[in-house]
Amino acid sequence: MSTAPALVAAEVPVGPARVGLLELGRTHPRVVLAGGLVLLLFLVALLAPFISPHDPIAVNADNAYLPPLSPGHALGTDELGRDLLSRMLWGARVSLPVAFVAVAVGLVAGGLIGLVSGYFGGVADLLLMRLIDALLAFPALILAIAIVAALGPNLTNAMIAIGIVAIPVYARLVRALVLQLKQMEFIAASRSLGATPLRIVVRHVIPNLLTPVIVQVTLSAGFAILAEATLSFLGLGAQVPTPDWGQMINSGATFLENDPWLAIVPGAAISITVFSFNLLGDSLRDALDPRLRS
Amino acid sequence: MTTYVLRRLALMVPVAFLVTVGVFMLIHLSPGDPALILLGEDRSPQAIAAIHQELGLDKPLYVQYVTWLGRVAHGDLGRSVTTNQPVTIAIAERLPATAELGAVALIWSLLVAIPLGTIAAVRRGSLADHIATGITVGGVSIPNFFIGIVLIFFLSVTFRLFPFGGYVPFNQDPVENLRHIILPAIALGTAGAAINMRFTRSSMIEVLNNDYIRTARAKGASWRRVVFIHALKNALIPVVTIVGLQIGGIIEGAVVTETVFTWPGVGRLAVESIFNRDYTVVQGIVLLAAFSYLVANLLVDLVYGWLDPRISYA
Amino acid sequence: MAFTHLLELEDVHTDLSLKQGVLRAVEGVSLYVDAGETLGIVGESGSGKSMTALSIMRLLPRSGRIARGAIRFKGRDLVGFSEDEMEDIRGTEMAMIFQDPMSSLNPVYRSGWQVGEPLEIHRGTNVRASLAAAVALFKKVGIPEPEKRAAQFPHAFSGGMSQRAMIAMGLTTSPSLLIADEPTTALDVTIQAQILDLLRTLNRDSQMATILITHNLGVVAGICDRVIVMYAGRVVEEGRTEDVFAHPQHPYTWSLLRSIPRLDAADREPLTPIEGSPPDMMQLPSGCKFHPRCPFAVDRCAKEEPDLVEVRGHAARCWVTQSGASLDGSPRAGSGAR
Repeated sequence: MSTAPALVAAEVPVGPARVGLLELGRTHPRVVLAGGLVLLLFLVALLAPFISPHDPIAVNADNAYLPPLSPGHALGTDELGRDLLSRMLWGARVSLPVAFVAVAVGLVAGGLIGLVSGYFGGVADLLLMRLIDALLAFPALILAIAIVAALGPNLTNAMIAIGIVAIPVYARLVRALVLQLKQMEFIAASRSLGATPLRIVVRHVIPNLLTPVIVQVTLSAGFAILAEATLSFLGLGAQVPTPDWGQMINSGATFLENDPWLAIVPGAAISITVFSFNLLGDSLRDALDPRLRS
Repeated sequence: MTTYVLRRLALMVPVAFLVTVGVFMLIHLSPGDPALILLGEDRSPQAIAAIHQELGLDKPLYVQYVTWLGRVAHGDLGRSVTTNQPVTIAIAERLPATAELGAVALIWSLLVAIPLGTIAAVRRGSLADHIATGITVGGVSIPNFFIGIVLIFFLSVTFRLFPFGGYVPFNQDPVENLRHIILPAIALGTAGAAINMRFTRSSMIEVLNNDYIRTARAKGASWRRVVFIHALKNALIPVVTIVGLQIGGIIEGAVVTETVFTWPGVGRLAVESIFNRDYTVVQGIVLLAAFSYLVANLLVDLVYGWLDPRISYA
Repeated sequence: MAFTHLLELEDVHTDLSLKQGVLRAVEGVSLYVDAGETLGIVGESGSGKSMTALSIMRLLPRSGRIARGAIRFKGRDLVGFSEDEMEDIRGTEMAMIFQDPMSSLNPVYRSGWQVGEPLEIHRGTNVRASLAAAVALFKKVGIPEPEKRAAQFPHAFSGGMSQRAMIAMGLTTSPSLLIADEPTTALDVTIQAQILDLLRTLNRDSQMATILITHNLGVVAGICDRVIVMYAGRVVEEGRTEDVFAHPQHPYTWSLLRSIPRLDAADREPLTPIEGSPPDMMQLPSGCKFHPRCPFAVDRCAKEEPDLVEVRGHAARCWVTQSGASLDGSPRAGSGAR
């Protein structure tokens, strides 16, 4: 089954998000919970160099294959004696930035396409949307793999590949939102006052796009982390010795019988991270839906 | 109805055209001389010159595209760079294994999704509902290759219930075939199960709010009858859409699962070919995957109309 | 079990649990219907008339419950019935049809099957026999080409035809009581008359009792033997239709009757709408719930809520009429506190 469920555009009706943070905490505890988790992940990524007990790439053959709860190595060590806990913490420094760069690429490129397509309509719309349809038809994962394989397996290319794959979602989302907004009265009112198209776009269209786009960004981030993990698992992303969760699962899988922790720990890390982003996106969508609020 | 189908097909044409262009460009966008890429082993200057001539690599790009497209239209997808086997044969050999895996994964996902989604909807807001929703989010958060590995760890390595890889054709030994397919099918289908469950739930909640449900209750129908006869048929119509798209995306989904479980399917072939720089095979698979997605889209629309009597294509 | 009335409600109270608190949708309602009678329940939106009907059928939404009172159907109190027991009664001895027929039919099943379904559910009849019964019922309610229509899906039906189909569905098991909640509101005026005619014919030919819920007095005048007027969840007046219409004993009924445009009224006589707006059910006024809008209100009205008492041949809940005054003509000068 496709790993691109998060690519299905979030269906959130348009409306500015005017919810105070405290009110949010009381009425929508899930947002606070998920937001807290995501924040925690960011902190881990940021502070990893300071909170890791060991150097994640320091090889120490004498200490290899230590089980969890060994002295000095809370989660044990891998086949080369590297501390698993440290590698896990540092793994966040790979996954999170990749996710965000990829989403940013998709958002900017796709958003631009959607904006142009929706606002100007006509031939441009027809052409651009057929292009997007074609891009969507390509199996996302295979496309990403093919791009990375063609350009060379490294983290940067992985980011680009995932970003390209994310473009159609944002193109469609932004286009749909722009079409909705075009019909709204305040656009017509603004034009009648003589505002130029650029001014309209900047001051009216973009602020109203924020809500659904924010939701989609969190969901895309989850998908991007999964995609990066998959690419790295296949050897197409982060290269040894960079500590990367997907790649750690790959090497850890060989030792499943004797030392399952090597694969399970990074897998759990990925799952929890993606879960936090998905939960955040979902609960944000529920919380910011103006229909549900009244 | 026929006009609707023709119209949809017509809309599909430019998209399909763009897809073929994209697939064609895969080789030509990679750095390096395509001839070298396609030759693989034998890199003598004569071989290179021969390839240049045969593939018309000296001709302008659009001419190459047209010739390539013509060949594809005749079913000629070229030959594998590594094995020299016709690509079509290479794919056809592996397709049944992927299809079988996908089918079992789909069955698993629906067996889980529909009952759980229905229960969550009927007992909306209860603990069961919250647990089910949590599972939904969780199911799409765990990488499917990780699910595969965990399954292997618990059920193959620790408890030795199932083999951890490989494939036995159905006609050879049905029992062994099933034993081998269970773990990969579960790994593959779990994300789909989560999505389908969430969809079933929201669809069911919406259906249960309709007036005709109240009418059925007023007729003295029990809740069981209301849910299973009156509500379910209505609720499943949108689910068909999602399932159809999942079927269309099966090759993509199978890629990693087949790799983890060494399943001899098209997905694994794709990965191997990419690593082996066997671009003709990659082209063929990507083309197949893209077109199956497009066709699935079209079929889903048609089936939707057939299921819901209110929709007419006049 | 021997019983006095086919259906008897005794002091029924129904609550709805909302986010803002508990709403008392039905307050102390008592009524009865006998076999062969048509009882009309009149009121505005929010007056509690639909909730009363849903309470009888025990089809309240999840947030609703019957807080107090008895609902005796053929002598047995339905309030204590289990869900299984209610399912046995619904669709067999009691049937209900609703306001919007177009959305009340299941779009993915053929109409004939839906109409025949009560037979399948309650009598174990096979599908073919139920379909045949449905076709016969279609004929009875005046749907032309019944066999063809029975095989069609609901979306192929017009509004009027859908409502006929719904009525047919209600009649399938020859129930003793039919409750019709605003059966004509969603229909064109000409179709309304036809549906009401149909209901009147059916009521006359069998001994089926009918409860007709509506906000339209014209409908009541047409086919109801007795009428109940509801306001703010309470019964404010009840009696034989001619009686209540000719001599209303409650200012609300009086105002309703006066607000209907009449062909024989003098030219340029202004329409007299009811002042004010329907009450907020979460914050009802003190005393008589109608007093803020009442042209006849006196001091006592704001302090004490009147009981439903017999006045001039039927019953009304009003201090003014209970003290002997009549509501003919204009309000007395000097009447007061609003």
